[in-house]
Amino acid sequence: MLKLESVSVAFPAAGGGIQPVDGVSLEVGETERHMIVGETGSGKSVLLTSILGLGEGRVTGRIVWNGRELTGLSEKEYSKIRGREIAYIPQSGGGSLNPLMKIGRQIGEPLEVHRGASRKEAFAAAVEALRQLDFQRPEYWARQYPHRLSGGMRQRVLVAMGTIAGGGLVLADEPTKGLDAERREEVARLFRRLSGTALLCVTHDLEFARTVGERISVLYAGQILESGPKEAFFQAPLHPYSQMMIRSLPEHGFQSVKGFAPSHQEYGGMGCRFAERCPKAGEKCRKPPPRLRMGERQVLCWYADGGS
Amino acid sequence: MKYNWWKRGWPLAVLLLAAVFAGPLAPWDPWEMTAPFLRPCWAHPLGTNDIGQDILSELIYGARTSLLVGVTASLAVTAFGSFYGACAAWFGGWTDRLMMALINVALAVPSLPLVIVLSAFLDRSVWNLILCICLTSWAGTARVVRARAMQLRETGFIRSCRAMGCGPLYTILRHLLPNLKELIFTKGLLSAASAMLTETSVSYLGLGPLTSKSWGTILNDAFRSGGLFNGYWWWYLPPLACISLTVFSFLSLRGGSEQKG
Repeated sequence: MLKLESVSVAFPAAGGGIQPVDGVSLEVGETERHMIVGETGSGKSVLLTSILGLGEGRVTGRIVWNGRELTGLSEKEYSKIRGREIAYIPQSGGGSLNPLMKIGRQIGEPLEVHRGASRKEAFAAAVEALRQLDFQRPEYWARQYPHRLSGGMRQRVLVAMGTIAGGGLVLADEPTKGLDAERREEVARLFRRLSGTALLCVTHDLEFARTVGERISVLYAGQILESGPKEAFFQAPLHPYSQMMIRSLPEHGFQSVKGFAPSHQEYGGMGCRFAERCPKAGEKCRKPPPRLRMGERQVLCWYADGGS
Repeated sequence: MKYNWWKRGWPLAVLLLAAVFAGPLAPWDPWEMTAPFLRPCWAHPLGTNDIGQDILSELIYGARTSLLVGVTASLAVTAFGSFYGACAAWFGGWTDRLMMALINVALAVPSLPLVIVLSAFLDRSVWNLILCICLTSWAGTARVVRARAMQLRETGFIRSCRAMGCGPLYTILRHLLPNLKELIFTKGLLSAASAMLTETSVSYLGLGPLTSKSWGTILNDAFRSGGLFNGYWWWYLPPLACISLTVFSFLSLRGGSEQKG
């Protein structure tokens, strides 16, 4: 299980630098599917890459994986965890696969690197992985180069690559980016099928988070505004931002959340970072809000306990 | 469009065959002395030099030296330069700065004077000449490969190599360099051309290998023994044509590698 304790990521820059991830605490249980939703610039991807020590920023706080502290590990120790214990599924797109390497070879690569599999064994495993991801002719596709794949296939290949070497946790970075509704369904099905492994998935797609996730965390301006089990979150969201987000779904009225998130430079010295866009904001919101915990749920808001 | 290697590669293939089969091909032993200063005739199609050696045979044997120097130096320079450049790009930070500094030093050293100075200290053999050429010319390749590798490093699949737990060496050799093969190939051809030109210049200056014939040494002989001033064109023009055509055919190979990319 993965545990983050007030994890912050800072990028040094002229004028004091910025801190796109600020004091994030969360847990991902043994086989839990945990979705982090947030808009562009909220720090989702930075948070995800920091867990694997891939980010360029300075990470503070504690990242504990199965009782082992990850922050401060050397590159060499980290590389034994990456791909073997914690897998990473990168954002899909033109550059996400090596254009000069056949797909089967590429999917099997983690096995060669971590498990010492021969090229043949790795290839066979890759074909099997493709078959399980509903490729009609897995042997054929395993021998093709990536440029022949469609966007949906590419995403499935990335999933196969990320999960082939086993591992207890899969990190996924916006797996539905650039996919149409049908492919999105497909990816959602695929993620729900992951068994024996935990999932921490970052997305800006609330609908996708609902279909796949068991627990939802809302990331806004580098902070977790709300976190809780999916059912509770969608039935009775605690944070005004969550409430507005859910109202923005087509079946709940299609009302957009107006305004923009604050820029990274403005974070310091701010009270509630959502206050500017919040209909409930009052005088109190100029001070940093308290983090309230109610059973499995938590929320970062002055008014979450009923508006008193 | 499929690239036609034969169409562009045949001059080099002919040259390679000539170099390999120099023995049976050359009409004379290039060291055998007959009558000096002969004009082109049936027995000696390109005449003889000041000590009566057949110039055509010298040319054919000279192809060996030129190709050996060009190909060997280019292979060594390209392999080392590419790897060096990729490492600098991959590790970045201080490693990169340090490695870059060394590149700049190597680029700042004038290569021809260095070769001349070194040949005063080393034995004048082909292998030492190749070594001297390599000492300075790897830096150009390293620089260009580094620049492109830095660009490539940020693409998704190279980044996810690290996320997959691949080590630096593995990533560089398996993913980074293969994706730069067009560039590396092109730089390799340029290195071969410039190595051959350097060899010719050095030999022309009379500092080339002592024991082997090369196009540069023929030019040197022609110059020293008055071939240039007496208008013995059959002595100094053929080696010049040989080196120019060879360099040209090396350079024209690269058109295809660029189209394919």
